[in-house]
Amino acid sequence: MTALLSLTAVSKRFRGLIAVDRVSFDVAEGALFAVIGPNGAGKTTLFNMIAGATTPDDGGIVFAGEPIGGLSADAVCRRGIARTFQLVRPFPALSVEDNVVVGALLHRRSVAAARDHARELLRRLDLFDKRRQRAATLTLPDRKRLEVARALATDPRLLLLDEVMAGLRPTETDRMVATLRELNRETGVTILLIEHVMRAVMALASRVLVLDHGVAIAVGAPEAVVRDPAVVQSYLGTETV
Amino acid sequence: MSVFAARLTGDVSRRTMIWLAALLAALVIAPFVVDDYLVTVLILILYLAYTGQAWNIMMGFTGQLSLGHAIYVGLGGYVAAVLFTRYGVVPWLGLFAAMPVAAACGAVIGFLAFRFGVTGVYFAILTIAFAEFARIGFDHLDIVNAAAGLFLPVAQYAHNDLWRLRGSPTMFYYVILTATLAAFVLCRLLITSRIGYFWLAIREDEEAARAAGIDTFRYKMYAVTISAAVTSFAGVFYAFFYNNLFPEQVFNISQSIQMILGPIIGGVGTLFGPILGAFVLTGLAESLNSALTAIGIDLPGAEQVFYGVCLLVVVAALPGGIWPWLAQRLGIKDAGS
Repeated sequence: MTALLSLTAVSKRFRGLIAVDRVSFDVAEGALFAVIGPNGAGKTTLFNMIAGATTPDDGGIVFAGEPIGGLSADAVCRRGIARTFQLVRPFPALSVEDNVVVGALLHRRSVAAARDHARELLRRLDLFDKRRQRAATLTLPDRKRLEVARALATDPRLLLLDEVMAGLRPTETDRMVATLRELNRETGVTILLIEHVMRAVMALASRVLVLDHGVAIAVGAPEAVVRDPAVVQSYLGTETV
Repeated sequence: MSVFAARLTGDVSRRTMIWLAALLAALVIAPFVVDDYLVTVLILILYLAYTGQAWNIMMGFTGQLSLGHAIYVGLGGYVAAVLFTRYGVVPWLGLFAAMPVAAACGAVIGFLAFRFGVTGVYFAILTIAFAEFARIGFDHLDIVNAAAGLFLPVAQYAHNDLWRLRGSPTMFYYVILTATLAAFVLCRLLITSRIGYFWLAIREDEEAARAAGIDTFRYKMYAVTISAAVTSFAGVFYAFFYNNLFPEQVFNISQSIQMILGPIIGGVGTLFGPILGAFVLTGLAESLNSALTAIGIDLPGAEQVFYGVCLLVVVAALPGGIWPWLAQRLGIKDAGS
């Protein structure tokens, strides 16, 4: 199977600090791929480079056969990569529905068609009953779901999720995991997620990449990765999992 | 056409329609019931409602604070006035030159700002700077008679000449009423369309908008050029109504400020805010003036103090403006906001 997203020796430095150091990996079309690692490991920087929020200093990022490294965030999104933000950023004064309509309008000219699509996604993410509320009034778990809905509304081939489970209660985490699985199965959307919640990673991911100090120290199936001594030492600790 | 009609009236309640019809009817018959003085006050109110609506496209919809909108009024007025006085081009045709000139000027300012990441308060300063350049530039521009001012020929007209915009205040009243209505309809169409949603997204969070695939530079450019073009008609109107243009007046920052007070007091980002704000501010200021004159007190500057007090009260008590508060009480939904 050819890779939908392929990174080759991607690096990013911030004033001498190497945030991401020659990281290479492939994400297959339709995969559920997780990136884990301790705080400050460079996960969000890696995400920002894929999403066009930051330009890589070195290395190549290829999406669907085309290089996308250094493109602007909106250009990346138009090519089929949608993202959520670690610190959620809904459009606060707009209604929940209109937030998603904005995303859906990317590939739809008609507002009515975008609204239909938005409502479908709101149902899927359990936000339909709250669609008329202002986004600013939502609770954190709902805002995270709204971010996912808005990102999905742009009809991505690849969905980048930056810690969408953080701050959720275990039952809410399980619900999000179920929703993402269902999406992946039914729409075929490839999902690349940064996650700290190992419970979610183990339940969801088909492959896991572990970053530590900007370096990819392990990549593989989740069961294998969590037994890797280097991973246990740097991130999980001996007690976990 | 039916698509437009649907977007204009879709999800507008019966109640809102009745209010709108009543308001419009009152405005249409107003010149028959009020005296000439009140007609000129209403002209000023509608003029400010119109310009406020145009400014609102940038600030209220797209979140870009322009404090130099006088430049588009001035350019519109000067282009149409020069074409009329020198070449006999009627204002309605002059408009076809005035609008592109103002739009181009807006595009230049927008390009410089948006391409180089000038945002927020720095963008506001840039817009002031351009308006000031224009004021000083026109002060020395001989083709428009420089600081001495450009005058349109005034003569007694036996009848209203709508084609040349020469006539009675009543004619001007209906012109500006039509324009205000047209601007309202245009804004309603814009804000309920794809471009409107993208503007609101940019206003709310530009980075998140970009992450949703919106080319924010392009959509901000649309906002500034459309806003500038719409504003330029106010300049044409100004020139032909007052029959004179002085750079010191028309490009003055006080023009820009007066234009934005209405929407701020009425409700930034709403469709009725600019109209309501213009009525409240100018209406009350004029009543205050007449009251003061009636009791024989001459207080120069009372109007400015009054504007200041209004602004303070609204900002402190109703930060979203009067309209959102009033709309809630009337049970009306505004497509903007």
